[in-house]
Formats: sequence, structure tokens, C-alpha cells
Amino acid sequence: MSKIDKVKATDMGKQSDPAPYQFSPKLEEKFNWLVSRYPRRDAVLLPLLHFVQDEAGYLSAPAIDCVASKVGVSPARVREVASFYSMFRMNKKGQYVLQVCHNLSCYLAGSDELIATLETTLGIKCGETTPDGKFTIERVECLASCSTAPMMQVNVWDYHECLTPEKLKNIVSNLKEDRHTSPSFDERIASGGEA
Amino acid sequence: MTQKITPAHPLENRVVLAGFDEASSWTIEVFEKNGGYVAARKAVTMVPDDIINVVKEAGLRGLGGAGFPAGVKWSFIPKNPTKPVYLVVNADEGEPGTFKDRQIMEHLPHRLIDGMICAATAINAKTAYIYIRGELRLARLRVEQAVEEAYKAGYLGKNIFGSGLDLDITVHPGAGAYICGEETGLIESLEGDRGQPRLKPPFPAVSGVFGGPTIVNNVETLSHVPGILNNGAEWFLKLGAGTPRTSGTKLICVSGDVQVPGFYEIPVGMKLSTLLNDICGGPKPGRKFKACYPGGSSAPLLKADEFEVAMDFDSLAAMKTMMGSGAVIVMDDRRSIPEMAMRTARFYAHESCGQCVPCREGTRWVHSMLSRLCQGKGAVSDIDKLIDACGNMQGRTICVLADACAMPIESMLRKFRSEFEAIALPDDQVEAIVPRVSGQMAGLMESIRARQNR
Repeated sequence: MSKIDKVKATDMGKQSDPAPYQFSPKLEEKFNWLVSRYPRRDAVLLPLLHFVQDEAGYLSAPAIDCVASKVGVSPARVREVASFYSMFRMNKKGQYVLQVCHNLSCYLAGSDELIATLETTLGIKCGETTPDGKFTIERVECLASCSTAPMMQVNVWDYHECLTPEKLKNIVSNLKEDRHTSPSFDERIASGGEA
Repeated sequence: MTQKITPAHPLENRVVLAGFDEASSWTIEVFEKNGGYVAARKAVTMVPDDIINVVKEAGLRGLGGAGFPAGVKWSFIPKNPTKPVYLVVNADEGEPGTFKDRQIMEHLPHRLIDGMICAATAINAKTAYIYIRGELRLARLRVEQAVEEAYKAGYLGKNIFGSGLDLDITVHPGAGAYICGEETGLIESLEGDRGQPRLKPPFPAVSGVFGGPTIVNNVETLSHVPGILNNGAEWFLKLGAGTPRTSGTKLICVSGDVQVPGFYEIPVGMKLSTLLNDICGGPKPGRKFKACYPGGSSAPLLKADEFEVAMDFDSLAAMKTMMGSGAVIVMDDRRSIPEMAMRTARFYAHESCGQCVPCREGTRWVHSMLSRLCQGKGAVSDIDKLIDACGNMQGRTICVLADACAMPIESMLRKFRSEFEAIALPDDQVEAIVPRVSGQMAGLMESIRARQNR
């Protein structure tokens, strides 16, 4: 890696000292399966970056370099792709990323109030992380829960729908103690995906 | 968390959603018990052109938003392709207000696979991808499980149903980009690139994903195919208003200011007022309807006195709006149209991929002008400037994202002009916009200003 590459990598990751990164054996297996499903190797980038992010929490500069060398493309290409999509994050965020939809249907159902509640309860603004590294608040666009608006997504996959400020405060105080108000994702699927 | 499962309203006709409210409706056992995979078994024994013809006769249209006849699209695939043909499912549901494909994938993923086998046979595709929006984790999981079950049952893979045909399906997750719902943007994304739409021609049916002829179909469109193959084109025509341009049923997602928001499968051609008053219970207590987006946030608004329109592609087009994805977002009399316009513009400004100047700059400027108006700092002349900007954004870009932003906003400015005028200031009371500059440019301007003042 040239000196210029190094500077760029740290810049994009904005991590002072990113940990070195290697694929876990499980990820290695997933990667080999992915490669077998597409006629071109670079087509695996999106699903692969999802797997890496699920495991590592975010896409650090070393993780991006590792993905690039595995897939056989330049790190710049991986960054180009990762930076286009809103689900990929290249910075470390809070343990719980609370994303409130502020699009039309959620706005009509009161999402502004939810965002204000979150901001006062946690004492941070949208886009910020609490000093203890526990919570990040973000505004997001439509997440396909419009008839069950307003909604909040926790950590990119846990949907909380038909929210009120009270319900929201309850979710936050439970998350503060790492208690998940809704049953885990797997449990919900086993019970038929109901709330 | 999924949508509450409710029994069908008497005015609904659940065809795609048949069996939706059964326990474990997403498993292969339940789906087959209710007549699942009968169409796929039939399709693999049929001549491909016969499948295309029955779908053409049924008048099945692309239900992702464009409404292009599905059978006609399939017939564009070259007869003797030199490269492998691909079938791609567009499950990147992102149009604000829309959540219908999510319901199909979460509750009836096998219906989609059933339809995919029929479509793949018709176009002679041996490889298919389902591009699912990344945020829809449960939908993706259910579809992945369904694909696995279908492989185990011998319905996918080599020699499906013992017919000698092969079909491989791979689920491909998106990662949060509205533009990937555009078919060439989706193809770019499927190839592992930024989802920036391609210039057409060549159309995907000639050169699509990995350079092969490609058909991109929406989830709901493909989920209609098994019913058409099982019951015939005539049956499908009669489901709707009876003509080849108004056939079948349509999933409609209703959100906003109604008593019972939700998703409903209605016969094509039902009146919008019937849907909103009889099925959705009308406006909230003490309120009156003001307007709605009849087909997602890209569709120009209809005022409450225009709600007698029939919900089909042509009737809505005649009202200068569109069926789009079938997402009705309703606003009642307490809502501010400029505020809705600002939020609509913000969405498109956020989602513009940045390739084309009229879109990248247009969406951003329309958003900032509307924000200024909503903050009470805008000028009356901004309204005409906005209409002008909207006009200049349409039909000048590679894809229709700029149009999707400009059309609803232009309709709001024209139909509710008085609301915008009410919050605008006279022109002479408005401060000029100071262009935002940064870095070296700001330093340069600062030094010029200092020199002038000296």
C-alpha cells in the first residue's frame, strides 16, 4: 500500500487506530458460496459488505482493504460502492443506532415528536452519539412501514412500529440496560413474525 | 415486526394474497396444500411462447410503477441469445408509502418463486436473482428460507420437476438506495457497483445484467403469473374492470390520515373514494380529506373533489397523475401542503444518484427553496421559480428520478398555490441567498471583501 493510499484509508474510516481485519472461518465459507452464485467475482460486493458489517459492526479501513484483496478489486472501488449506499457505515457508531423515519407517512403520524423525544431523552441531536457510546440517533427515509407509522429501526433490522413518545421512552430505557423490549428477531420468526 | 394479519374486507379480492392469513403461510407445506406450484409444474411442460401469449392476453402490467405490459416485455428477449438470459426480481421496494411487496415476501414467498419459475421458463432463463431491499430483513429471511425449501423439494436447481430444465435463484440484498428500484440502477447494483442508472438503449432485454438479455419484474407482477396460468387470461380480465388495460387486482397501500390504514387487494378500476371511505373507514373523526398522492410520493396530488377517479392506470393518467406503486398517502384538512412538498423534495434530494445535473442540482434547489418557504423566509416570486425549476427537471435526465420529484411538487404548487402564497413574504422583504462556499473559496472571498472595505 502506498503512502497516499494509507492517508485515504484513514481519512475514509476516520478511525485513529483501526484494528487489523481478517475474514472469520464462517465468513470465508459465506464468501466462497457467494462467489459461486455469480458469473463475475465483483458482483459479490454488496452481500459481502453486509456480512462484514454484520460481523464487525462497521466497515473499517482494514476491513475494506481485506474485502478488496479477496474480491480482486482496488480498495477505491470498494469504498466507491460502500459510500453510495446508506446502510453501509464507515465510522463506528453507538451500540444501538436508533433510526426514525421522517418521510411522508411517518411525518403525518407524528415522527417529528418522536425525534424530539429521543433528542431530549438522550440529550443529543440527530446524527450524534451519546458520550458513553450507547446510542446514535439518525433520521432515515421510508422503510416500508407506512400503515404502521411512525416507526423506528434499531440497528438496521429491528423494526418498532405504531410508536408513541411513551412507547419510545420505554424502548430506550430498556435498551439502556440492554433489555430488548421486543423478542429477538429469531424468536419472532419462530412465533410467526408477529409483534 | 410484521403487519397485523387481518381478514379480507368484503370489497377486497385476495388473489395474490390468497392464504395470506393462514398460520405459517410462508412454508412450502401450507403453500402446496393451497394449490401452490401447480402453475410452475404446468409451465415447465408448456411452449415458452404460449406462456408469453396468455400473459399478454391477460393484460398483466408491470406493477412496480411503470405499468408496462409484462408479456410484451418478455417477448423482447431475443429468440436465439448468444449470452445467458437472466430473470431479475425487483424487490427493492422504496417508494415512500409503499409496503406491498414486503407483505408478499414475508407471508407468501413461495408464490413469488412459483411465478419466477413460470417467467424463467417463458424467457428461457436458467439463472434468476431476487434483489431485495437491504432493510427488509424479515422479508429477505423468509424468501431465503423459501428458496432453500424449493431447492430441497427439487423445484429449483437442475432438472426442475423432472422437466430437464434448470433454474438457480439467488437472493441479493440491496443496501439502502432508492435509485436501485430503477431497473438499470438495480442491474448496476446487482453487478456490485454504485446503483447509477444506465443510458437506454440498449434496453435490459437486449443487454442487461452481466451483458446478458435480462428481464426485470416487480414482485407483485410475478406473483400474479401463477394465477393467470392456472385460470386463464379470461379469468384475469374479469377480476378487474374487464378490459385488457384494466384487468386483474392491485395491491394498494393506504397510509396517512384515514381511520384504517393498511394494504388491500382491490379489483383494478375500483373508485378511489370507495377505497378510502368504505374500506379505510373515511377520514379521522371531525376531519375532512384534503388531498392524496394516489400512487406513491412520485405521483401528482389529487384534491379531495377528484377522489371519484377509478384506480386504474389509464383513468389516473387521464387525471394527469399515476397509479405508480399503488401507495395512497392521504392528507386531511389540518395538513400543510408546503410542508409535504418540502419533505417530498428532501427525499428526492437525498436519493438522487448525482449523475445528471438537472436532477442533482434541481432536487437540491427545489428542496432548499421549499425549506425557505416553510420557514417563512421565502418570497412570493419563489413559487413561479419553483414551477419553472420543476418544468426544467422533467424529461432531461437518464432516469425518471428528477421527474418523480418535479411532478408531485409541481402539482402541489399549481393546485394549492394559495397555501404557498400565504406563507411567502413580499419580494422586497426577502434577503438574498448568500451562496454557501467552503475552504479556499471562502478564504479568497474573505480577502476580497477585506480589500474592498479598506
